[in-house]
Parts: sequence; C-alpha cells; structure tokens
Amino acid sequence: MGLFDKLKNLVSRKEEVKDKEEKETIENYEEGLKKTRDDVISKLNILGIKYTKVSEEYFEELESILIMADIGVNTVMKFMDKLRDRVKHENITDTNYLKEVIVDELLVIYVEGESLSDKININPNGPTVILMVGVNGVGKTTTIGKLAYKYKEEGKSVMLIAGDTFRAGAVPQLKIWAERTNSEFYGTDESDAASVIFEGLKKAKEDNIDIVLIDTAGRLQNKVNLMKELEKINKVIGMHVEGAPHETLLVIDAATGQNGIMQAKAFKEITNITGVVLTKLDGTAKGGIVLAIKEEVNLPVKFIGLGEKMTDLKPFDIENYIYALFKDVI
Amino acid sequence: MFEYMGDRISKAIKNIRGLGKITEDNINDAVREIRLALLEADVNYNVVKEFVNNVKEKALGMEVMNSLKPDEIFIKIVKDELVSLLGGEYAPLNTTDKFVVIMLCGLQGSGKTTASGKLANLLRKKYNRKPLLVACDIYRPAAVNQLEEIAKSLNIPIFKKDNAKVLDIAKEGIEYAKNNGLDYVIIDTAGRLQIDEELMHELQEVENNIPLNEVLLVIDAMMGQDAINVITGFNDALNLTGCILTKMDSNTKGGVALSLRHLTNVPIKFVGDSEKMDGLSEFYPVRMAERILDMGDILSIAEKVEGIISEDDAMEQAKKMQKGTFDLEDFLKTFKQIKKLGPLENIIKMLPQARSMGLNNISIDPKDLAHIEAIILSMTPYERKHPEILKATRKIRIAKGSGRTVEEVNRLLKQFESMKSMMKSISNGNMKMPF
Repeated sequence: MGLFDKLKNLVSRKEEVKDKEEKETIENYEEGLKKTRDDVISKLNILGIKYTKVSEEYFEELESILIMADIGVNTVMKFMDKLRDRVKHENITDTNYLKEVIVDELLVIYVEGESLSDKININPNGPTVILMVGVNGVGKTTTIGKLAYKYKEEGKSVMLIAGDTFRAGAVPQLKIWAERTNSEFYGTDESDAASVIFEGLKKAKEDNIDIVLIDTAGRLQNKVNLMKELEKINKVIGMHVEGAPHETLLVIDAATGQNGIMQAKAFKEITNITGVVLTKLDGTAKGGIVLAIKEEVNLPVKFIGLGEKMTDLKPFDIENYIYALFKDVI
Repeated sequence: MFEYMGDRISKAIKNIRGLGKITEDNINDAVREIRLALLEADVNYNVVKEFVNNVKEKALGMEVMNSLKPDEIFIKIVKDELVSLLGGEYAPLNTTDKFVVIMLCGLQGSGKTTASGKLANLLRKKYNRKPLLVACDIYRPAAVNQLEEIAKSLNIPIFKKDNAKVLDIAKEGIEYAKNNGLDYVIIDTAGRLQIDEELMHELQEVENNIPLNEVLLVIDAMMGQDAINVITGFNDALNLTGCILTKMDSNTKGGVALSLRHLTNVPIKFVGDSEKMDGLSEFYPVRMAERILDMGDILSIAEKVEGIISEDDAMEQAKKMQKGTFDLEDFLKTFKQIKKLGPLENIIKMLPQARSMGLNNISIDPKDLAHIEAIILSMTPYERKHPEILKATRKIRIAKGSGRTVEEVNRLLKQFESMKSMMKSISNGNMKMPF
C-alpha cells in the first residue's frame, strides 16, 4: 500500500477513531499546523489549478514552494530530480495525480534509510536521564516544563535540574516550571553546570526519581568552549548513572532555516543526540528543516511543540504531520 | 557568518575571469551558483529571483571597458546589488532627541531581553545617554528576573511592577525615568507570534497610547524562509522603525539580512554578535556587502579598536615594535587590550582576504589564550623584560606556576621571538605585507 493511500485511510479512519486520546492528538496536529498548512496547501492547490499539465514552469514553482517551507536546498534539489525522473518514467502529465506523488515522495524522504525509533528510551534500573540541548532561544526550558507535565500525568516522579547556569533568569524560570508541574527541582547559583548536574543526579538517585530532565544553556554550535562544556556535562552524567543520558534531545525552532542542518551536525558530533524536538510549530513556520535533518544527519523528530500550553507538546508522528500539512489536498 | 555565501559567489566570479566579453552563455554558471548560494543562505526565494535577474540583466548590458576585466565588472555589479538589498544607506537609531522611548518586540526566543541590555549598555557608553530598562514581559516565567539580572550586571536602572498591565507598566516606567533624570527608555516585551491577535493588540495599545520614538523588531539571524511572514506580520500591526538581527555570531549564512530591507523597507539597525553585553554593533550595509565578498571590513575593526585601545598606547607600542624593544610586558598589555575586543575570531574574519588565507574558519579556544596569559603572568617583571635570561630552572618554575608544561613555555618564547623579528622587518619596510 502506498503511503498516500495510508494517509487517505488515516483521514477516513479519523471518524472511526474510538480512542479519544488519539483523536485529540490528530486534532491537535490539525489545529497547531493550521497556519502552516493553509499556506503550503493553498500554494499547491493554486499550482494544480494554474497548470493542468506538468511543465517546466510547474516544476519551478513547486521548487519554490518547497524551498519556502525550509525543506533545505540540497534536499529539495534531490527531490526535484527524483520527481522529474518519475514523471518521465511513468509518463505523468496530470498535475492532480502528481500531487499524490509529491506527498508520497516527501514521506519517503523522512522514512527512507535507517528506520529510527521515535520512542523515548526508558531506563529500567534507576532514573531515566533526558538531556536537553540546543542553540539560544529555541525553547529548551519551556519544553522541559511540558515534558515534566507529560511524565507527571503518567504518574512518574520527575526532577528538573537547572544546568543552564549562564543565562540570566534561567534558573528561576525552570524553578517556576517545577512548581507548576509539581516536580522536584535541583538548582543552585553555582556557575559550573557540570557540578550542578552532578549534585542533582546524586539527589535524584537518592530520591528514587523516575525521570530526570536536565536543562542546559543555549549554545551556538560554532562556539568551541561551550561545546566542550557540553562534552564535559555528558561525561559527568555518564559517570553517575550508567548508560545515561538515555536521551539527548536537540531542540530546534521550527522557524530555523538551513542553519538547522549545521546545528544538528555539530551537536551530534559532540553528544549522542537521540532525537529532535521541533518547537513553535504553531506559528507560520513550516518546520521543513526536519526533513533535511533526517536526510542529511539522520536524526528523527521525537516531539513537536504546537502551542504555549503545558499540553501542547506531542509525540511526533510523521503521518500525522504530513496529514496535517496536506489534509486538504488528499 | 556570510563567509560561505561569499565564497560561492567569489568562486563563481573567478570562472568568468579572462573572458573577453560577457554573454548569456558564459555567465549562466556563475548566475546559477549565486542563486544556489543565496538560497542556501535562506535568502527569501522571491528576493533571490529578483537579485539574479538584476545581476544578469546588468551584466549583459554592460560593455566591457578597457580598464576593467569582466570579473571585475561582474563583482562590482554583485556588490552594488548586495548593497542595495542590504538597504543602501546606514540607518541610525534615534540618539539625539532629548527624551527617547523605544520598544523592542519579536518572536519568542529571538533575544529581546538580551538585546535590551546590550542596547542600554551601548547607549550609555557610546552616546552618554541615561537608559532605563522597563520589564514588560509579564508572561514568560522569570523573564523579569532575567532583565533584572542583566540590569544589575550593567548597573543600569530597571523599572518593574507585579500584577500590572503592559501599558500601565510602560506608562509608569516613563514617569519613573522622567522623575529620576533618565533620558532613554527601553521597553522589553514578551515574545509573541505575529498571528496571535490578542498579544499583537497589546503592543498596538502601547503604540497608540505612548509616544514611541522607535519600535524595533528583534529577529533571529538563523531564521529560514518564514522570516518574511514574521516581519511582515509585525510591520503590518506596528510602525516598525528598524530591526535588530541577533545571533549573528552563529555560523548562520544570515540570508534574513538580505531579504529584510528589500521586502519590507524596514532597516537593520543593529546586529548582535556575541554573548557578551557589549556584543551589539551598528549595522552598515556597505561594510556588510564588502564582508560578504571578502573585501574586508577594516572600518569596523578600527571602530572597535578605537573604543578600547588609546591612541597613545598604540603609538608607544608601535614605536617599540619598530625599535625591536617590544618585550613580553608590552605583549601582555596588548594581549589584555585585544581580549577586550571580544572573540578574536570575529576580528580576524573582518580582515581583507581573510577567507582566501583560510582564516575564516579559524577557531580560537579562549582557554589557549588564557594559558598564554598564565605563562606570562608566572614570570617576574624582570623576566618579561628580558626573556633571554630564561633558562631551564626558571622555565620549570614558570611552567609549574602556570600549570603548563615546559614545552609550552618554550613554544611561547619561540613564537614571541619570531613575531618580534617579523614586526621589526615589517616596520623597516623589508617585508611585504602578506596581502
């Protein structure tokens, strides 16, 4: 069964979905991605109306739509070549049918290659340590707040460790999140992040905490000394809890352009990034960079942020994502 | 920052060197390269299209003059187009009115609070203003704390109020400034999406009820194609007078800078270029275009140096270099001054031909610099003036004192000697500059 058909099924399935939670998730995606979708879709639809036959102009305009979704120049160029090939081989002339092929091929970019787990790796013996990293201002602290809420709802004990010792106001910000979600909190006004984290983990083990979420300072990936600090933090965590961090999540702002690829590459070199959290998707940004990141750096998206509320962090599901993006085309 | 884009453009231009005449055929490759370079830098798709068409049209219309080679003509066209994209003239912030109120706005995480602090610092330092920071981000947890901490570290007054509306805080802040002899009010606001009508209305309310001299949009230089939606959204709702482009010290290709002015007519006024509180520079379109094309930005270096190194000091040291009496004591002094300029990489990158000399990707670990300093500091003042007396036992002592190895001490001394002889020959005119 083609992916496109699968998506179609998803659409019809939605009505039958008994599971309230699942239905809510799909609706959440639709709502959060509304602005994003409106733009891409209306453009694709206009394209279909403007050109009933596949032509060079059609390709050129399609290319512009994809580039404007931040999918990444390399990825788009490859995608276009592939599409042109398919059109030639299968002799596709109808733009309506081509639309289906486009959605299909976009999914392929994400699911192709090594299949990667989008699940969070839980440590069966002792605390599960989740480390959040990323450049400045992407929403690391807020994401931790939302994750804490999610795990508290699941009945787990949660501790937040304030490893961002650099930015002014970062520690109190995380502390407020701990209070809001009723989580444990560890933070001091010490400036050495590694030692704060060391002490925090010690306390987490003593208190038998299930999930430990560690905040770190935003760092631009080209700052050598800050990236070295991250390396040290990583070592300290591994020394304290075996196999930790169990997850290292790179937080990326959906509005990020091609620099997202460089961020992913640089952070992956220093730490064992296990997944991406794509934040601020409730804006007009398309977040297309995740397709390029998957293709070029092979990192899966694990969560997406669809709003400012505590409940607005959702596990990433490529089918839901593409479905929400292309709902009206299907 | 823009290096990559510049590199690709330069490479593309190199290929048309030596051509007798510019024709559509022989510049097609160069034009294509430029197009891809711009797109990879996140320059807005429509801007790229227009830019490429303009360059092509102008290049084809240009007669090859005797004095200029085709590549020189081409590079001039590209530079002129870049300058016009970047906004042409330098657009300064209002620093002259007796009492100024400005508001900073933008998306979440674009760097408004940090920019507020940096701006206050710059206004006080360079323009002798007395700034007040007004904390109007009442939504994000601990945002007020953040601004407070920044204000405290800069020793700049701050106005805040709990459980109040944004408009009221702003109004009272202005009163506070007037009553306390402060003359430049900077209002920091909460991050918001440009499509969030309720929150955008809140800013409009401030704009409608308070005489604002400037409204600045703070925008992340790493933004992709969505930047244009954000800027247009804010610009439609508010009377933006300028932008602050933040996080330019990342390795972003910074295409936003090229799309911004062209599509909205809102000028870039500042760029944020380091995490330090003095990491905010005024934005000059021409200098930026020259940097993109690897023509260097000596003016900006000179300006940076001006504020930090006094002319007398510089003269005295230059004389010493010439005479060859420059010793480690002077070196330490210079070294400390250079450190104040912020990350050394940023300065080196602004040198002409920095990229072709391979200096663009240079990364200097601040720790290495600290080690050098530690070694020199572990010498006695006499030793610094007469490094030739340093023999094994002294070196071992210095190594121990600085926590480094004797090899490192030796390396430093050797480098210092070769630097000294190089400086001497440069100043005697015996050696050509490398560029």
